[in-house]
Amino acid sequence: MSNLSVGNIPAAPPSSRWRDIWSRFKRHKGAVIGGGGLIFITLFVLIGPCIWTLEATRIDIRARDMRPIYTALWNGDAKIGWTHPLGTDQLGRDLLSQMIEGGRTSLAVGWASMILALVLGTLVGVLSGFFNRLDFWLMRFTDLVLSLPILPLLLVAVTLFRQPLRTNFGPETGMFILIVGVVGLTSWMQTARIVRADVLVLKERDFIQATRSIGTRPFGIITRHLLPNVLSPIMVSATLGLATAIITESALSFLGVGFPSDFPTWGKLLADAVQRMEEYPERVFLPGIAISLTVLAVNFLGDGLRDALDPRIRGR
Amino acid sequence: MLTFTIRRLILSVPTLLFISLAIFLLLELSPGDPMAQVPLTVPPDVKEKMRQALGLGQPWHIRYWKWLVQFFWVEPLVFVDWLTGSGFSANYQRMISWQTRGPVMALVVQSLPQTMWVVAMSYVVGVLIAIPIGIYSAYRHYSIFDQSGTFITMVGFSIPPFFTGPLMIVIFAVQLGWLPSTYNTVHKVLDWDSFVIQLKQMVLPIMVLSLQTTAQISRYMRSSMLDNLKQDYVLTARAKGLSEWIVVMVHALRNSMIPVVTVIALGIPSVFGGAIITENVFKVNGLGYQLLIALFASDIPTVMTFTFIFAVLIVFFNLVADILYGVLDPRIRYE
Repeated sequence: MSNLSVGNIPAAPPSSRWRDIWSRFKRHKGAVIGGGGLIFITLFVLIGPCIWTLEATRIDIRARDMRPIYTALWNGDAKIGWTHPLGTDQLGRDLLSQMIEGGRTSLAVGWASMILALVLGTLVGVLSGFFNRLDFWLMRFTDLVLSLPILPLLLVAVTLFRQPLRTNFGPETGMFILIVGVVGLTSWMQTARIVRADVLVLKERDFIQATRSIGTRPFGIITRHLLPNVLSPIMVSATLGLATAIITESALSFLGVGFPSDFPTWGKLLADAVQRMEEYPERVFLPGIAISLTVLAVNFLGDGLRDALDPRIRGR
Repeated sequence: MLTFTIRRLILSVPTLLFISLAIFLLLELSPGDPMAQVPLTVPPDVKEKMRQALGLGQPWHIRYWKWLVQFFWVEPLVFVDWLTGSGFSANYQRMISWQTRGPVMALVVQSLPQTMWVVAMSYVVGVLIAIPIGIYSAYRHYSIFDQSGTFITMVGFSIPPFFTGPLMIVIFAVQLGWLPSTYNTVHKVLDWDSFVIQLKQMVLPIMVLSLQTTAQISRYMRSSMLDNLKQDYVLTARAKGLSEWIVVMVHALRNSMIPVVTVIALGIPSVFGGAIITENVFKVNGLGYQLLIALFASDIPTVMTFTFIFAVLIVFFNLVADILYGVLDPRIRYE
């Protein structure tokens, strides 16, 4: 008898939804490593310039073409030095500070265009799911944009609008606005579709009907009741969006239509190094590894988030 | 099914028209001057005449209409002439590239086979590798093969082609010296030796492109297979005493292929997009490489036509995916 009553007492206090999600997220090893990696890379590029104070664009022609210090392991004659731990490029610019500076730009472009795409996608998705009158036309429009050839159009848009934006906002800011703009404007469609599908289902649920019956305005329903409930798909597509945005920016830089040449980004560093990669392979590898690791971390994070937020599809 | 196909075909016409208009208007805003390469000694009135000769004098809607006529009427006529030797297109002005001063379609005809060879081959190779990996990963769920397979596909998914390209070149072309680093477009296959050379130069671009395909498709294959292996009909098949091979490869696989085939069809246009980068890494003289050159030379007709061809490919394969889905899955009814 006493055993029974003991069994009825819950072992732990009831946990909140977010704590549940956190505990599920923690169990996904890849996601934790991915999240940790992303935080590490972000801190590396944010705090990096405070620790490694060498300026990324400072030209020191006497110290040009230095190799990274680890080259000494197999090549004793290599030109190395502790002043430039990752070596320098053909103009003597320090590779480590260029990597830090480049990472700042790449991550900033990634975050900004992801947020732009997310806001646009959520807006279109919610409007389309919630207001029946808009649904048909907004979804046709989404389908249309989805069938645009994205990479060619990005190339066209960036080459065409580079000059006017540069003269108006300065070379760096102009390019930043342009790349964030075009990447954001061409990657909101998946989010819009997912959000719309979720809103369509949610809209018919009893609690939304109840809020409607007590006279809540559509804006209130959307912001207070719908958006919190579609947060999880939005978060998952946010991680995917971040990965795509970083890759797209690097691809544009690689094809030679990205930022100006004295303004390092990871893609730009990689593209500039390809010509001489036989002699200096590390200049290709280091930025390439940085891009790949960031994207890998983000993808793992996205995987873990999806598993944690949607318990139905766990273990896939 | 037929009515659905016809309806989708008709619907794709306004889509394509809208896309072409969007591309045209985007290019219309271009500040690039096609006369920029002309020497400064040429007097302005001659320049103006050259501009007129390129058809730049008219308002944009007339030029758009002319482009439409050229793309959808004149160029097909030229094609018919070429096939039958007739002379329908003799009186029409063809689309002229500002770079080569020759027909744009000649550039397309020249570069499309290169893209097709590399892209189509890489896609086939990628799919052929991806499907067995996906099946086995799902069948041995949580095994070491599955875990490492999932990890490797994730890595393959995350490494961009403009990094794998140079990486492969450094490893296989520079360090080992096994394979050529660039793709020789004018190479002709005449005998066994030249065929081997052709194979060798195709290996690297195909490897880079198919890595992406493999990573993507095998993930879909695995999750679709996992879905089906848990279903009751698989249990029934096992209970009947069928061998594991038949249960997995016939019963489960056929059902799992339905969504995967759609994904395969949907992925084809994005491979063409990715080929732009790969073609530039390996200097393959394909559509993407030509597009980039034309873009830097602000050769508007070529850019317009090439971008539109990419759009046609996307719309076409979306259509194919939709129809395939209906054909393969009898539960889907488009009425």
